[in-house]
Amino acid sequence: MRQLRSAALGVWAFVVGDDWRTALGVCGALALTALLAATGIAAWWVMPLAVLGLLWLSLHRFIRNG
Amino acid sequence: MSGPELGLAISVFLACAVEAVEALTIVLAVGATRSWSSAFYGVGAATAALAAIVAALGPALTALPIDVLRLVVGGLLLVFGLQWLRKAILRGAGLKALHDESEIFREEAAAARAAGGARRGFDGYSFAIAFKGVLLEGLEDAFIVLTFGANQHRVGLAAAAAGVAIALVVVVGAAARAPLTRVPENTMKLAVGVMLSSFGMFWGAEGAGASWPGGDAALLAIVPVLALTALATIEVLRRTTAATTAAAPTDATPLTAADDELASAGLATREPV
Repeated sequence: MRQLRSAALGVWAFVVGDDWRTALGVCGALALTALLAATGIAAWWVMPLAVLGLLWLSLHRFIRNG
Repeated sequence: MSGPELGLAISVFLACAVEAVEALTIVLAVGATRSWSSAFYGVGAATAALAAIVAALGPALTALPIDVLRLVVGGLLLVFGLQWLRKAILRGAGLKALHDESEIFREEAAAARAAGGARRGFDGYSFAIAFKGVLLEGLEDAFIVLTFGANQHRVGLAAAAAGVAIALVVVVGAAARAPLTRVPENTMKLAVGVMLSSFGMFWGAEGAGASWPGGDAALLAIVPVLALTALATIEVLRRTTAATTAAAPTDATPLTAADDELASAGLATREPV
């Protein structure tokens, strides 16, 4: 059980890294894109805006926290 | 070779070259300090493990439906790419220390000496450190090879680009017999961050059902726009930091610990109390 837990933590650290909020934001942006696309609205613009916003927020957090 | 394939090859080449430079430093340190042969065994074992991961997961990934693959791979590449990009921007702006291969070499060599005398024959310490260094640095590359390659059904091309990058670093490292300190690591990391984020954004949106204006040609706009945004952000942060540092108080009035940390990063936010 302990090995499974440490393996799961290792995968989490490898994929998500030190900024889980950005990973969550990416998931949210993809979900919004899928939602808009499913309703027939042009959705390509969601990801560029999300990327710029998430990058800015991530930089801001790391600069603020040193 | 199509545009996306060229992007795949460049991204994988740069990412693998950067990680190979970092792994080379570790192997050189334990090899020169303790045992070359054991360090090489460690490199061989880690390389075999990485090749097995790519060989096992590559066909499994390419078997996924294309939309699912693009959504998952796009999301993962974006999460990875934004981390590379953020760190490269912070380093470029002087807000995070640059990777110093000479310093890392000195630290690894000192740790290797402190670990006790090297055995004749097989040296477990050299094997373990070289294995761990190559495996950890290489895992990210294996991930990039798999995701980029599987998404375009060109795992072979991605693996070849990785092989060329690693071979180049090994040849140059063997000739120099020293850490490759002149490699512009941060510039390469910035380029990788831009490529991973751009392709991640493109594939992720397509996988979610969106259609890009111009199809694949949209990448010709996405990549340069993101690169210019990253460079502009570095410049703005650099100037802001310089201006804040110049305006910071020079007397020794004590600040709180938190302010001290911000001030050391050139980001003092208030006058000392």
